[in-house]
Amino acid sequence: MRALTWQGKHDVRVETVPDPRIINPRDAIIRITSTAICGSDLHLYDDVIPGMKSGDVLGHEFMGEVVEVGPGNQKLKVGERVVVPFVIACGQCFFCGKQQFAACDNSNPAEKADASELAYGYPMAAAFGYSHLTGGYPGGQAEYARVPFSDIGPIVIPDGVDDDKVLFLSDILPTGWMAAVNCDIESGDTVAVWGCGPVGLFAIQSALVLGAHRVIAIDHHPHRLELAKSLGAEVINFEETRVNEALAELTGGIGPDACIDAVGMESHGLSPDNLLDHIKVKTFMATDRVHALRQVIMATRKGGRISIPGVYGGVADKFPIGALMEKGLTLKTGQTHVQKFSQQLLDLILDGKLDTTFLISHRLDLEEAAEGYKNFKEKQNEFTKVVLKPKFTRH
Amino acid sequence: MAKKTTRTTRGDAPEATAKDPNPAAAGLANAEGEDTLIGRTVTINRPRQELYDLWRDVRNIPLFMVDVVSITPLDDLRSRWVMKGPGDTRFEWTSVIVEEEPGYLISWATEGDTDVSNTGRIVFIDSPNGRGTIVRATFTYDAPAGALGKLVAKVTQHDPRMQARRALRRFKQLMETGEIANAGSPVDDR
Ligand SMILES: NC(=O)c1ccc[n+]([C@@H]2O[C@H](COP(=O)([O-])OP(=O)(O)OC[C@H]3O[C@@H](n4cnc5c(N)ncnc54)[C@H](O)[C@@H]3O)[C@@H](O)[C@H]2O)c1
Ligand SMILES: [Zn+2]
Ligand SMILES: [Zn+2]
Repeated sequence: MRALTWQGKHDVRVETVPDPRIINPRDAIIRITSTAICGSDLHLYDDVIPGMKSGDVLGHEFMGEVVEVGPGNQKLKVGERVVVPFVIACGQCFFCGKQQFAACDNSNPAEKADASELAYGYPMAAAFGYSHLTGGYPGGQAEYARVPFSDIGPIVIPDGVDDDKVLFLSDILPTGWMAAVNCDIESGDTVAVWGCGPVGLFAIQSALVLGAHRVIAIDHHPHRLELAKSLGAEVINFEETRVNEALAELTGGIGPDACIDAVGMESHGLSPDNLLDHIKVKTFMATDRVHALRQVIMATRKGGRISIPGVYGGVADKFPIGALMEKGLTLKTGQTHVQKFSQQLLDLILDGKLDTTFLISHRLDLEEAAEGYKNFKEKQNEFTKVVLKPKFTRH
Repeated sequence: MAKKTTRTTRGDAPEATAKDPNPAAAGLANAEGEDTLIGRTVTINRPRQELYDLWRDVRNIPLFMVDVVSITPLDDLRSRWVMKGPGDTRFEWTSVIVEEEPGYLISWATEGDTDVSNTGRIVFIDSPNGRGTIVRATFTYDAPAGALGKLVAKVTQHDPRMQARRALRRFKQLMETGEIANAGSPVDDR
């Protein structure tokens, strides 16, 4: 089959690779109809996540048609259309029982789990197409994918509902949603969101659905800020404004009740702390670039809440631990427990309460994936979300 | 020789977590002070009898332990183990169950004089907070060819500590999900 493979920094290529096959009884094989490029994929593209091997098939946001199911799968049927969560979870361990699917103990192969146990204290769950730290499972920017524990993860989509409406149930929609849920929003709350990429935009939409009084969004791409505005947020351009001062002014001097870091480890901005972080990453004294997160911690009101959907992988330098403690902040974060939110979010989409299609700026053939990566990285203003379709014919 | 430390100075921590562990104090048959002690605990969301039964039948062990060439039962208590070592080497020994309490404990040791002597003990305890079964495995081994052997083992991924950790993970996966996680990536085979 054809699949997008990682070769090294800023080098991804569509190549012919072996077709996936059923390995374990609960597996299924999906013929992919739509798959997207994520901000998380850019961290791999920029080679800031360890544990990649050349030839790895990328992609963790995908959906398609079930073409084969293993003998241990009593749920899925051939021919059903499904969206696949990016987190691979067994459904039977202690963590899955608590609906902490992104903490599943059983999906990361035993010989892969050592690395994240060493890095984080306990081994991480597996994910599709996201480095060998999380299993090294081939991803879904491909014609076909093997889905383990397919009786737990994939959610069946009713006939007649377009791919574009539901594809983002795989990751960014639940990620934006969980980011807002983690803010424990109370009535009257102002929520500030750093980053108006797909995750930030969905977090804005979710915070409003979950009852935020006001959302203030921060980015520097005019088009992305416009999208935030069209969702109902007030916006701040960080290139033109002293962000934290503006946030204090806009909230009557109190500060935002909750802040969301939807930027992650590749925060932009010409500030001394960011430059220092950047130089260290370049020189392999790797600390994550936490510029946006530092700002988030400083901006949040006393006793407020911080939610971090943005991805970090290593350690941070100059982390304002004093501000966190002295102001009595609550911090929640994590890879998204996608499976926990699938049904609820599908229902909100089908009821017309959440729209995700506004985000898609480009639809490309899978063969054009490399160009999609380049543009999603370099032309962030116009390229808000790229969807890839195998054998796509433009109308 | 590891020095004796009393419980009071060490608190409630298992012997295997001591900075200076004393294998002879870990409750294992035949363990000696110079042996290497490994301990690892996992919680498995299944009834303890089921876990015990699978582990007690040595023919199941290759399901979750790699580097096994063969494990052959000799009688109800004894079995012959052939394991792959670094390079083309093979290790062989006869293992004897020296103590057992059905549904709760199995303890074993190598038989006779062997240069790969090892002992082990696995207990299955009901989790007191309702999380299934706490499985605690403790092993000691006499590293083949001393320190150099240990280094070679580590570099070639035959480090017993690593093998134990991975075997317990696979055992848990098998018992909880019915399968053993496998990325199925062509890249891994390169
Ligand atoms: N927790 C999860 O499970 C999960 C899932 C998906 C994505 N993510 C992560 O969420 C983050 C965002 O993903 P995305 O797809 O929206 O990425 P993206 O790269 O498209 O968007 C990031 C946005 O942040 C903006 N930004 C950069 N620096 C900023 C700063 N200092 N202040 C304000 N805005 C700034 C950029 O201009 C950009 O618009 C990434 O780190 C991604 O890995 C996490
Ligand atoms: Zn994603
Ligand atoms: Zn699980």
